[in-house]
Amino acid sequence: MNRFDYVRAGTVAEAVGAFGDGARFIAGGTNLIDLMKYEVEKPGRLIDITRLPLQGIEEHEGGLRLGALATNAKVAYDARVAERYPLLRNAILAGASAQLRNAATTGGNLLQRTRCYYFYDAGTPCNKREPGSGCPAIGGVNRIHAIFGASDQCIATHPSDMCIALAALEATVRVSGPDGERAIPFAEFHRLPGNAPEKDTTLKPGEIVVSVDLPERGFARNYTYLKLRDRLSYAFALVSVAAGLELDGDTITTARLALGGVAHKPWRNQEAEALLVGQPATRETFAKAADLIVAEAKPQSENGFKVELARRAIVRGLEQAAAGTPQSLSDKRIQ
Amino acid sequence: MLLDTSPPVSADTPIGITLTINGQRRELQVAPWTTLLDLLRERLDLTGTKKGCDHGQCGACTVLVNGTRVNACLTLAVMKDGAEITTVEGLASLGERKGSNALHPIQEAFIEHDAFQCGYCTPGQLCSAVGMMGEGHAHSRDEIREAMSGNICRCGAYTNIVDAIEDVMQHGAAR
Repeated sequence: MNRFDYVRAGTVAEAVGAFGDGARFIAGGTNLIDLMKYEVEKPGRLIDITRLPLQGIEEHEGGLRLGALATNAKVAYDARVAERYPLLRNAILAGASAQLRNAATTGGNLLQRTRCYYFYDAGTPCNKREPGSGCPAIGGVNRIHAIFGASDQCIATHPSDMCIALAALEATVRVSGPDGERAIPFAEFHRLPGNAPEKDTTLKPGEIVVSVDLPERGFARNYTYLKLRDRLSYAFALVSVAAGLELDGDTITTARLALGGVAHKPWRNQEAEALLVGQPATRETFAKAADLIVAEAKPQSENGFKVELARRAIVRGLEQAAAGTPQSLSDKRIQ
Repeated sequence: MLLDTSPPVSADTPIGITLTINGQRRELQVAPWTTLLDLLRERLDLTGTKKGCDHGQCGACTVLVNGTRVNACLTLAVMKDGAEITTVEGLASLGERKGSNALHPIQEAFIEHDAFQCGYCTPGQLCSAVGMMGEGHAHSRDEIREAMSGNICRCGAYTNIVDAIEDVMQHGAAR
């Protein structure tokens, strides 16, 4: 790990004021410290924000405001989250380990970096780590990589489970920075790699996440978070599905669907969601939506399996949501 | 308020912190890049906590910070200024027979159930199990397995580890 200056901030204004070139904010540190050990991140200054008053979970405009420093465990086990946003709870508990969830924060979860092998290996080129150096994942070892929205510069995937649920819930990210506060719709917070894969998000330099705001609609009756991975626990998603439905009898009135493990950001297809509305909640309906989504897939040399895996996971996820039988977190059999 | 370091602590200046480790208050000077794991092992000779992967993937470094289980390898000591740390060396004093030389019930249960072979992951498994029981979210065997999935055992003692934890959860101690 490189040497760095350490600053401990007590307010958001102090934290923002301490920011400069080469500085990084640190909270849970579960990803940043790991990246520093690999010398992928070499910050000149760490600004410790763990003592900012952003730990709480509060009622907000009919929904909940999750403080940026509320840990993943605190959010997942909050009784209001469990009752009103079980999709978020399940997504958080599908990720990482208990130890990591005890340390990792809401804001940090949004900002974790890809687990692309090449990004993590400072001995190889990587356009995300060193812009312009190349992408060995293209044509290389890429079974975990993107099938949607990749560019010829980067095929990395976004790693978070929590963010897939937040995308489906249409949360809002509130940030504070040198130019004051602003609110970013969740769909606009993460970005596709395009020609600037070094940028994971639309945050500006010196901006800090202060809260994630959940709208009232939580899909607490008909939801699932279905995560498919190489081992049954403590592994990143190959494909995951966050699904939320509202039904009138058997007819779908609202549908939300976000996919993880397949793109540089939580992947949504609003055309497919619109196609579901007004239709009967049947396997045939779900298959049409799944077919529409995977029609856009552009697999890499080793991850063609993800296309069919995603298609089936979408259908199964929507079936689980419609039936009100979300994927169990401990019994890993997929019903 | 900002830590009394303006201009910020230069990279070569150690920072004074206070930690209560296994009940003992310690005033320490640490470089900001020192992980809690390295501080425990290299500076304080508390080598019970193990360095396995050093990347948060194996759980061998699990300790309790203010009663909560975390990976000491992914924790900067300076960020935990003021915290109470419990390592495997301090688990016994958390047990019911505090003050005696008795082991913590989970330690006794690990022996009773043969819940280890080489023992390298065991300190992390023990601290993780104590943290898990304190959290109170795991009730069935499946839930224990899921809640303990951040602790890898390459000897494969998982079945007996779950037996030991289940025993303590049901009976308060190994029979």
